Amino acid sequence: MAGGGVSTIAVLGMPNTGKSTLFNQLTGSHAHIGNWPGLTVDLMQASVDLQGTPAQLVDLPGIYDLRGHSDDEAVVRRFLESTRLDLVVVVLNASQLDRQLRLVLQVRQLGLPAVLLLNMADEAKRFGVSIDTASLAQDLAMPVVLISAKYRRGLGEARHQMAKALSQELTLQGSDGVQAAVANLEACLADGDDALQLQIAQLLESSVTLPPQWRDRLTRRLDAVLLHPLLGLPLFFLVMALMFQAIYAVGVPVQELLATLLDRFGQGVIAPWISSLPAFVQGFLLEGVYQGIGTVSAFLPVIFLFFLAMGVVEDSGYLSRAAYLMDAFMERLGLDGRSFVLSLMGFGCNVPAILGTRVMRDRGLRLLSMLIIPFSLCSARLNVFLFMASVFFAPRVGGLVIFGLYVMSFAAAILTALLFKGRFSSGEPLVLELPPYRFPTLRQMVSRAWLEVRHFWFWARRFIIFGVMAVWLLNNLPFGVEPASAHSLSGELGTALMPLLGPIGINPKLAVALVFGFIAKEIVLGGLAVIYSQANPVALGHALALDVNWVQAVSFMLFTLLYTPCLSTVAVIRSESKSAKFTWFSVLWSLALAWLASYVFYQLAMALGWGGMAVR
Amino acid sequence: MRTPAHLADLAPGQFATIAAIEAHAGLRNRLEALGLSRGQRVQMLRRAWLAGPLHVRVGMTELMLRRADAARVSLDPWQVAA
Repeated sequence: MAGGGVSTIAVLGMPNTGKSTLFNQLTGSHAHIGNWPGLTVDLMQASVDLQGTPAQLVDLPGIYDLRGHSDDEAVVRRFLESTRLDLVVVVLNASQLDRQLRLVLQVRQLGLPAVLLLNMADEAKRFGVSIDTASLAQDLAMPVVLISAKYRRGLGEARHQMAKALSQELTLQGSDGVQAAVANLEACLADGDDALQLQIAQLLESSVTLPPQWRDRLTRRLDAVLLHPLLGLPLFFLVMALMFQAIYAVGVPVQELLATLLDRFGQGVIAPWISSLPAFVQGFLLEGVYQGIGTVSAFLPVIFLFFLAMGVVEDSGYLSRAAYLMDAFMERLGLDGRSFVLSLMGFGCNVPAILGTRVMRDRGLRLLSMLIIPFSLCSARLNVFLFMASVFFAPRVGGLVIFGLYVMSFAAAILTALLFKGRFSSGEPLVLELPPYRFPTLRQMVSRAWLEVRHFWFWARRFIIFGVMAVWLLNNLPFGVEPASAHSLSGELGTALMPLLGPIGINPKLAVALVFGFIAKEIVLGGLAVIYSQANPVALGHALALDVNWVQAVSFMLFTLLYTPCLSTVAVIRSESKSAKFTWFSVLWSLALAWLASYVFYQLAMALGWGGMAVR
Repeated sequence: MRTPAHLADLAPGQFATIAAIEAHAGLRNRLEALGLSRGQRVQMLRRAWLAGPLHVRVGMTELMLRRADAARVSLDPWQVAA
């Protein structure tokens, strides 16, 4: 991948050492997702200029042990075996050298040229850990620099040492050929654990002074409250509720504003501009292509805000506390507390919640979480339900129906986890570090949220725009047909699906609305308005109430709750799982569950004669 | 009181020294990477209710682990202290 005179530098470190923060500080915002053949995870990479030497910096996943058994550890081994590296930057947490030195010793065993950066130097100092970097550098025979990536301290020196080590390495390579990728990695590391343990003890003895007692009083006091057996959970739910409120109190208005602006631009600028084209092409460009772009953009503010909030929860150290608090329950579902936090976030919007599963490194656990998150009743679905409930039910009953749908949402997630936990079992034991509480910095969180937004835009836009265009064509072909009417392709599809959807009370018109809903639940009501030719919500409500009874309406709501939330969710499941098979599985399972739930409800209710009962 | 034989039996506040890790390679590897290796001193900080996870400290690291996993860490019977 390197070649052409550009050096390749890998950044390697343990989890929770601030490695990614450092990577972002060193590379600015130029990082992009690199294409490394054969790896199952995304690696961020960026071109940097190290005092005149151009280099590619690659951020490897955080790992504990080069000989470890986790997915990430296998990825790193594979990377080291297949890539020619000019330098490895090892990042360790300065206050935890007592156990982290192992990784740098393993890198040395591999014979790779390395620079050691001891991050979180500020925290180490606060905890009373002092490190003699000169002595450590001498013993390890590599440069050692104390830094604080978060507060941007020591970065100049780190860059300088990296450049120096790199130029030495390049001179060396000039004389005896090119540095090859690591061969026989396992053999190099075969040196016994005891020998490594002894070396660590010697290094600690000569270069590190640990405090006689743990000093972090703030963490101890906060944990006494936040992990309290009685108070812990209520506080956790309070924190989650506040976070949720904050995201959507800001996000939804921004989203609406964006939608209005895009709509105005479409009507005011694009529509006049393409007005000379045939009506069908105009419609396709404006309601197909442009609407597709709008659908993607609508998610950007919520994703940004979600990752700001997620950044606070994760970087402050609270996410692993949430795992602790919820573990007694989640363990039985084959999940852990982090999946719970993400599922809760999914009640706002499923898309960022699925992107957020990246905090879990185990593939089985991640896939299982991605399978249950789409059942979280997101705000777009809630809009549909609020409308339907107000049309078909008196306010008090309507409230109960909505509550029932929330219960169904949880039930579907739990059932799915129980059914498939064996299939997507977690290969990694749940042993998580509970880091000291930290104050996240705004800069750090904004840059991360920005990165996620770019990531989403990069992966999801083509898929979503294409999907919106496809559904528009379904609704508007063959030429000259009334949009979404019985004679359009989607109308035909709705009729063709009747043997399947009839038994759950969905008529052809509702079936077309479900086709709309596959793109996004936001456009289900708009779709219904087109199908029933009623733009006014009140008139639409009347038309609906005349066409279907309340049992059919509830069946429709159940189906809407459980089947594929939206095209964007499918797009991120596809990009995050990197598996078309899993994506299909997720879509088909949710359809099957939706059909089954609606079938049971509809048939039971009709058998009991509820269809004719008045509920208004 | 019976002397705790495994990390999973330690009461909150108690210290002990690890005698051995009797786990499969994957778990053993992870525990050691987080500092739980033979000869290390550990302290139990708290135990979650309803058979939930444990919160322990070893060296400069605090971590949570499940009881089933902690039962694989055996303690030195002479080195347990309140």
